[in-house]
Amino acid sequence: MATTTATGTRPPLWRDVRVLRVAFQVAVLAAVVAFASYLYDNLRANDVSFDFGFLDQQAGFGIAYTDLRPSDTVLDAMLTGLRNTLTVALVGNVLTLVLGTLIGIARLSGNWLVRRAAGVYVEVLRNIPPLLVIIFVNSVALSILPPIQDANEFGGLLVLSVSELGVVSLADGGNAEAFAVLLLAGLVAALAVSWWRRRLEDRTGAPAHQWVWGGGLLVAVAVVGYVALASPVVLSHPEVEGLSVVGGARMGLPYVAVLVGLVLYTSSHVAEIVRGSILAVPRGQTEAAGAIGLSPVQRLRHVVLPQAFRIATPPIINQFLNLTKNTSLGVAVAFAELLRVTNTVIGNGHPAVPAILVAMGLYLVVSLAISLVSNVAHHRLRLVER
Amino acid sequence: MARATDVLAEPLAPVPEPEPPARGLTPREWVRANLASSPFNAALTLLIGAGVAWALYRLGRWVFVTADWAVVRVNLRLFMVGRFPADELWRLWAAGYVLVAAVSLAAGALAASMRRPVAGDGEGIAGDLGGGRRRGGVARRAATALHRFWPAVLAVAVILSFTRTVVPSLGTLGLVAVGVAAGALGARLPVRLRRWAWLVGVAGILGGLQVITAGDGGVGWDDWGGLHLAVAATIAGIALAFPLGLLLALGRRSSLPGLRVVSTAYIEAFRAVPLVALLFLGNFMIGFMFPTAVEPPSFLVRAVIAITVFEAAYIAEIVRGGLQAVPRGQIEAAQAVGLSPVGVMRLVVLPQALRAVIPAMVGQFISLFKDTSLLSIIGFFELVDVTRAVTLQDAFRGQGLRPVALAFAGLIYWAGCATMARESRRLETRLGVGER
Repeated sequence: MATTTATGTRPPLWRDVRVLRVAFQVAVLAAVVAFASYLYDNLRANDVSFDFGFLDQQAGFGIAYTDLRPSDTVLDAMLTGLRNTLTVALVGNVLTLVLGTLIGIARLSGNWLVRRAAGVYVEVLRNIPPLLVIIFVNSVALSILPPIQDANEFGGLLVLSVSELGVVSLADGGNAEAFAVLLLAGLVAALAVSWWRRRLEDRTGAPAHQWVWGGGLLVAVAVVGYVALASPVVLSHPEVEGLSVVGGARMGLPYVAVLVGLVLYTSSHVAEIVRGSILAVPRGQTEAAGAIGLSPVQRLRHVVLPQAFRIATPPIINQFLNLTKNTSLGVAVAFAELLRVTNTVIGNGHPAVPAILVAMGLYLVVSLAISLVSNVAHHRLRLVER
Repeated sequence: MARATDVLAEPLAPVPEPEPPARGLTPREWVRANLASSPFNAALTLLIGAGVAWALYRLGRWVFVTADWAVVRVNLRLFMVGRFPADELWRLWAAGYVLVAAVSLAAGALAASMRRPVAGDGEGIAGDLGGGRRRGGVARRAATALHRFWPAVLAVAVILSFTRTVVPSLGTLGLVAVGVAAGALGARLPVRLRRWAWLVGVAGILGGLQVITAGDGGVGWDDWGGLHLAVAATIAGIALAFPLGLLLALGRRSSLPGLRVVSTAYIEAFRAVPLVALLFLGNFMIGFMFPTAVEPPSFLVRAVIAITVFEAAYIAEIVRGGLQAVPRGQIEAAQAVGLSPVGVMRLVVLPQALRAVIPAMVGQFISLFKDTSLLSIIGFFELVDVTRAVTLQDAFRGQGLRPVALAFAGLIYWAGCATMARESRRLETRLGVGER
């Protein structure tokens, strides 16, 4: 190209790269627009409604374990479904991270039995559809749990029955909010103190026990606050009363099935990531750390784990995203998450296409938020090379 | 970023594992080193050992004593092929033979073209190094294959143990024999023909489809079910999504901003929503996307469209990873010898990129195979839905047999996915992905 331009003769239009580039893009965009308008025309011709007014109408149904009433609007119902989705996602992601990390480390254990048991766990669970795992958990629970009249009660800590489950939980004993604020302040102070001790250690080289100082401060604040506010939080014990569980955190079986199923499935993937990330830290790093006299624990703590963490974070966030999207499988066991609620809404005669579009929009927002976290983490953790 | 994520989400390179009775260790020493190297470890062994033993006992008791497998034995055909008419079952077998022969031929040719040149035709030291492992008697090779494919072998053995006649077993043996023969033939194809072997694979898929559907008594895909539907949907989904995904990946890597924006928006949007939601949307909406004069497509076609649209976004990200892995020097060298942009892409970049992403594509195939279970949610008679339907039959209702049926379906899924995952890992090592 450069030569032709230099000699002053321009190629014909259909061979000029600059023209072709623009023309090609215009053609692609025109095709996309044409396709979209074709779809829209057909949808209109088929009387598909794009009216979102139904969101303000009465939902006409309630959702168990939430304060949704039939008189609330459809939008309220869908947001309640979204809240259920996010609850499973949040609790599930935390449990998945804990379980997955434990199993990933167990796969690297020096103990043959531990290593093998963890390996079997991973190889079995990650090769089965999550939907099947959820339904399996649900159906096994249905067949082994007792009816609520003779529920299994474990000393006020746990109540198991086929219709409802309860776990001991924290409840407001008066002043819970003040206590929470106090704890938050204590946490900030503790972080500040440990940062200060860390700086001191970096400067002087003398051990400054940052964790002891920070942790100690937090515990002290908690104890003093607990006494001063006259037990602001109490334990709430679940008990069977009549045909329902009272007190504690009450859960329906579908919720538990979705949660347990997704945690089992996703933790097998997280375990592989954890294992792979630890193995991906070059051997030389461990050897070098040993050479400068670090103990095995110090080697892990200061050399291997920080680097493994850097490698593992983006794919683990990706798994969080998968778990969050997979909560939609709850639809199969009648757990009232976003998609299930959307289906109910459609079943009540509201227009299908806009309802699903709203649901997909909500999923999109949640997923993109997680992707954003992932991108930020990726940029923060990226190895900066020369 | 997505590339790093995707690559790492896949199983990583195999770890050298300190295997049991290593030479020079007496059993006593081995136990010492691997089970009780410290008091803590010994306690751990006892604790976990007790747990594992209990779990194994419960599992064994359930499988061999408690569970009533009659629900599977009676309904085996439903699990395998749904409500496919018994008189037309020969069509499925015939299609299976066509498909296995064609795909094995293509796979054999592909494997041969990827073998490092030294191992392929070298006779000297290189040939010995590369080919030594392949020699050995039939028994040895069978043992190797058994070790390599044991999850699939196990599942097929379990399935066949539920059959009442010898025909399915003979048919399966024949399938294996045809597959092995076609694979060997594919590997021996002249290099000139190897390049076109994938066409045979495509022809096999279309031919199999013809055998099942065409003519008097043919069964249209709307009446498919069970494992057959799951496999068909997986193959259709990947085959249709691959071209679209390839285009999207090229678009996202393009230097033209218009293309890039469109492709990126597509990929990110469809990766962000769950497949189930998309399946529902497709169910309700795709029928209306056609002009009123045209008869709306069947529900299965809609589901396959939704799956294709969804999978294409994932495949695009995989291919993009492969494109990024092609060194810049390759492109510059290709330009230097005077190839056109299309030529650079077709002859230099894509062959390398696509070869590098084969393991990840197998991973995506696995993930789609698992995702076909979602078809049961939107009302298809798929494996998971079969487990529901059979426990509603008069003979089996209300006996808590769902876990039994699910365990059988789970074994099938597990065997398929685990076998493919093992193959994918083997390929990864062989291709040296991540090593170069």
